[in-house]
Amino acid sequence: MRIGTARSSYRHDEALFDSRTQYAWLAILGVALLGFPFVADEYWLYLACLVAINIASATGLNILTGYTGLVSLGQAAFMGIGAYTVAAFEQKFGTPVLLNLLAGGFVAMLGGLVVGLPSLRVKGLYLAISTIAASVVLHFVFANWHSVTGGHSGITVAPAEILGISFDTSFRLYWLFVPITIMMVIGAANLFRTRIGRAFIAIRDRDISAEVLGIPLLRYKLLSFGLSSFYAGVAGGMWAYFFRVVTPESFPLLMSIFFLAAIIVGGMGTILGAILGAIFMTMVPEALKLIVGWLPLSTDATLILSPVRTIVFGALIVGFLVFEPLGLQEIWRRIRRFFHLWPFRA
Amino acid sequence: MARDTPLLVSALALAINAQHELAARKRQSAGGDKVHPGKVNPILEVEGLTLSFGGIKALSDVGFEVAPGSITTVIGPNGAGKTSLFNTISGFYKPSTGRIRFEGEDITATRPPARAKLGLARSFQNIALFRGMTVLDNIKLGRHTHLRTNVLDALFYFGRARREEMELRQEVEERIIDFLEIDHIRHMPVSVLSYGLQKRVEMARALAMRPKILMLDEPVAGMNREETEDMARFILDVRDEWGVTVLMVEHDMGMVMDLSDHVVVLNFGKLIADGTPAEVQANPEVIKAYLGSGDVSELRERLHQTVAVGG
Ligand SMILES: Nc1ncnc2c1ncn2[C@@H]1O[C@H](COP(=O)(O)OP(=O)(O)OP(=O)(O)O)[C@@H](O)[C@H]1O
Ligand SMILES: [Mg+2]
Repeated sequence: MRIGTARSSYRHDEALFDSRTQYAWLAILGVALLGFPFVADEYWLYLACLVAINIASATGLNILTGYTGLVSLGQAAFMGIGAYTVAAFEQKFGTPVLLNLLAGGFVAMLGGLVVGLPSLRVKGLYLAISTIAASVVLHFVFANWHSVTGGHSGITVAPAEILGISFDTSFRLYWLFVPITIMMVIGAANLFRTRIGRAFIAIRDRDISAEVLGIPLLRYKLLSFGLSSFYAGVAGGMWAYFFRVVTPESFPLLMSIFFLAAIIVGGMGTILGAILGAIFMTMVPEALKLIVGWLPLSTDATLILSPVRTIVFGALIVGFLVFEPLGLQEIWRRIRRFFHLWPFRA
Repeated sequence: MARDTPLLVSALALAINAQHELAARKRQSAGGDKVHPGKVNPILEVEGLTLSFGGIKALSDVGFEVAPGSITTVIGPNGAGKTSLFNTISGFYKPSTGRIRFEGEDITATRPPARAKLGLARSFQNIALFRGMTVLDNIKLGRHTHLRTNVLDALFYFGRARREEMELRQEVEERIIDFLEIDHIRHMPVSVLSYGLQKRVEMARALAMRPKILMLDEPVAGMNREETEDMARFILDVRDEWGVTVLMVEHDMGMVMDLSDHVVVLNFGKLIADGTPAEVQANPEVIKAYLGSGDVSELRERLHQTVAVGG
């Protein structure tokens, strides 16, 4: 039971986390993140890295789709741009890892700006379709621009190396990816404490009256596209260092749907939503693997896994849209509220 | 006709007031301190404005001036083109002919965001708040064009971003939230507020824009008496204390006559009268527009009816 939170100053009120309890939980989370690699086995470390990458990308898509209201099915393709940029930089120039990741973000951002250009005129479903079109074009580029992308066979990526340490295991990559993702998430949260984030939400909620308030629509829609694809690009770069081979098939349309599902399931337009959604959606296929493994099946379990996964993704999207449109973060908030008031009200 | 003019004047006043439920209140001052348009350089000039939607002429050749520091009200029957006029002034619609000048500068071709930056703020007839945000964030949004925070500042929430947000928060709290008496709802999402409060939040957001001219489209529509009186007081205070010129559309005749320095009357997209409240009240064209007919015997009948209903 927690009683009231007296607010002493505006600064306090404007902070990201504003109560002692929140700071306590944050500290616990920090300790857990620090301790995790030492207790987890290889499989869980692999999953943790994948979750970090997916959170970064889902947070980016959330800026665009959840906060600005522009539905995109191009997130995977933008990750592809980031991954190829990192792979090419690594292979051709051997530049430092962090610089490569930034470059991946920026090149993806340029792609995002171009794809975002029609967004002033094209809305809703049509915009989503134009992002699919962009994905197809990008796939074509990845597959055919041999000198840079290596065509269909792709590029292999050397392990990331910082200060002589080679990041060639999940354990080591964890220490690279988790801080980057945390920084990206905090950046996104900060965005929505300022005029930039407010402008995005205004565009989502009523784009014409946003204009009368002095928000130039095209500039801000492009900004949102740019930021979102920057996030995708960095996430794609981490992906490249993680899987160490980048091919045109690495970033299929299904992956874009995966990210859209993640923010819907987690809760669009909330920072926590993208995090929970990305974790949940990364775990679903793993859980399915387990369940299918347990079932006494006559056929080969791996054969039915792929269709089952697609069906479960679809069912989750529809289920959440219908029964819990505010997503997992709302469920989480309800649980928290319950404990705040407990034991006086159930 | 001339013989009946005094009757028509009272008919207008009574009929309109009965229609809008609020009894006419005595005007506090007899007009001595009112600003007369045309004597000083107008802050806003509209000239020969024409706007069509397909076959419908929503505005035809509308022209008038708004004096700085005045409260100017646009009245007219439903569908007269008042909202269309507002939408043209704020830049949603492009007029087919005509000019709009703001502080002497031609803004006819200026995009809406740039007009906002110049100091044109407005509220909407059908409230246009951002439902996904709290009251506070809605109000802060009004300041958008006056803030400098860029994306990098925002991502790191450092230096300029932090400083600007703190200053903004303080000013919004001390100047706007206190002034409009909405302290108790500042952290609520706007979607849970009553209609009257939403209108007030919309006005707060417009004030956060540091407007030179505040355009209010039916600021008291759908409000109860107490809320209406509060709003009337806020509008007067905005003009008197903030020095902001007010241009509003309003159907509540009691309020129009009480507050306005200058009244502009539209009917079927045409400007039919333009003057002080008293002048407009006495204008036979206006009476005709409001009562639908110039037939005096019918008018008399209607007058009796409204008196009966009102009493
Ligand atoms: N976007 C539009 N498309 C087509 N016709 C429109 C549009 N907006 C307004 N009109 C028409 O223009 C005319 C003027 O409408 P407007 O909304 O400006 O009237 P108003 O004076 O604000 O009325 P009210 O008192 O009911 O608010 C009406 O005939 C209306 O049907
Ligand atoms: Mg109207």
